[in-house]
Amino acid sequence: MLTDASNIPFALELKSTSFSVPVLVITTDDMDVIEQKLHDKVNQAPEFFKNSPLILDLQEANNQGCLINFIELAGLVRQVGLFPIGIRGGNEQQNKQALQLQIPVHTVSGRDQPLEEKKQKSPSLESEPNEAVISNIAPSETTLITHPIRSGQRIYAKGDLIVLTQVSAGAEIIAEGNIHVYNTLRGRALAGVQGDVEARIFCFDLQAELISIAGNYKISEDLGDSVKGKPVQIYLQDQALIIKDIELHH
Amino acid sequence: MARIIVVTSGKGGVGKTTTSAAIAMGLAKRGHKTAVIDFDVGLRNLDLIMGCERRVVYDFVNVINEEATLNQALIRDKNCNLLYILPASQTRDKDALSQEGVGRVLDELKKDFKYIVCDSPAGIEKGAHLAMYFADDAFVVTNPEVSSVRDSDRMLGLLASKSRRAEQNEEPINEFLLLTRYSPDRVKLGEMLSVDDVQDILSLHLLGVIPESKSVLNASNSGTPVILDEKSDAGQAYADIVARYLGEDRPHRFIDDKKGFFRKLFGG
Ligand SMILES: Nc1ncnc2c1ncn2[C@@H]1O[C@H](COP(=O)(O)OP(=O)(O)OP(=O)(O)O)[C@@H](O)[C@H]1O
Ligand SMILES: [Mg+2]
Repeated sequence: MLTDASNIPFALELKSTSFSVPVLVITTDDMDVIEQKLHDKVNQAPEFFKNSPLILDLQEANNQGCLINFIELAGLVRQVGLFPIGIRGGNEQQNKQALQLQIPVHTVSGRDQPLEEKKQKSPSLESEPNEAVISNIAPSETTLITHPIRSGQRIYAKGDLIVLTQVSAGAEIIAEGNIHVYNTLRGRALAGVQGDVEARIFCFDLQAELISIAGNYKISEDLGDSVKGKPVQIYLQDQALIIKDIELHH
Repeated sequence: MARIIVVTSGKGGVGKTTTSAAIAMGLAKRGHKTAVIDFDVGLRNLDLIMGCERRVVYDFVNVINEEATLNQALIRDKNCNLLYILPASQTRDKDALSQEGVGRVLDELKKDFKYIVCDSPAGIEKGAHLAMYFADDAFVVTNPEVSSVRDSDRMLGLLASKSRRAEQNEEPINEFLLLTRYSPDRVKLGEMLSVDDVQDILSLHLLGVIPESKSVLNASNSGTPVILDEKSDAGQAYADIVARYLGEDRPHRFIDDKKGFFRKLFGG
């Protein structure tokens, strides 16, 4: 049967929305190094990065005079299980290559972090704050968990997450806002996953496998003995994760 | 009201079948009509531990497939006439069990029995899932080592999210910790986790500690649940567990190093 598309009122509709997507900032043209670093990153937090979309930022690399073949780079990124969905800061050649792969070209918009910082970390994964959502104003929902979160379980909270029970090794708690754990945190905790760099993690007993705020993370090995097993708060300062002992003053 | 108890662990070889046989016998000996079901289709050995392997005619899968009635398949225990065993099939695979079929058999058992003990296979796949799905109480059998504790934790997560009670938003399954093959000597040497270590990680109500004991092997070789060996430490530990489950208050035993105690006494 033939139907006249104009008769179907809501067959489709174009809407505007905004996402926050991690950006991979490249600062070298050594493909082996990039591959190794990407593997390391993904292996540290496989659940977090699994099938994650990614924008490849070549501006810094091009400024440094690196010669990057975008087709090769995109292939490499796909190999580790990530999906390149855009290029920015590319040169003419790279943008053409991107379009060949049907990957859209983005322009570099006003950035809020100084590029200086990024030179030390190559490549780095960052989550861009979603401009459409202003976390301070948006009504924040709070999720309260009162049962233990066991190995293999995963909790996602749209706003803040408060956990009164333990979080086992092998469990994962994720929040777009802050995370509070009034117990032992042994699993992974990822706060500000939509890019809220103001998000914080608080816990009574830090034994986490991984902690992350807005995509900046540390694994268990990186947690110093001075904070392990202590009540702490964790926040971002100049893109670095700060872990602070919460001292009790009497 | 009948209660369904699952004996589960995630990890294999930690003592689920030994425990199922012991507590089923313990409950029956205390006057409760009890059935114990082997969910380990393809690898049955509950019937060996119960010493009824030569009396198996029909099995759990036959009942599910309606090739035999429940009464034809249930084997009455030789030591206790309130205890019945529903053996697993040795010749089928795990796909022979269906949720609908298991539910039907359990419903029928509930009419006649006070306790139904489900001996789970290892793993978190279909067989283990079906064994725990209809449970009211879970005995989580754990050995004092890291991998066993981790698997128990995983299983606890599944009990809390993938059981019938969880799916229907009913009161959650009661979860109990059974720490088995415990050896205070090895804990002292740092080769094993202590009771406190395990409870710290799992934060679960401890129903009892079963010591590592030769009596367990002797019992399974003779086809009598170890709880009937009243002189043995493991037998007494299981008797304590049954009593605590039934609401009695009994102090924990077998946690401390006996030799250590004497050494302390005599300064040796
Ligand atoms: N308290 C104990 N002391 C000594 N040996 C034990 C003890 N408990 C269990 N065992 C031994 O451990 C082995 C495994 O026990 P069992 O078959 O009960 O474990 P299971 O968890 O049912 O194993 P599976 O996962 O294969 O079904 C057996 O050889 C048994 O005799
Ligand atoms: Mg078994």
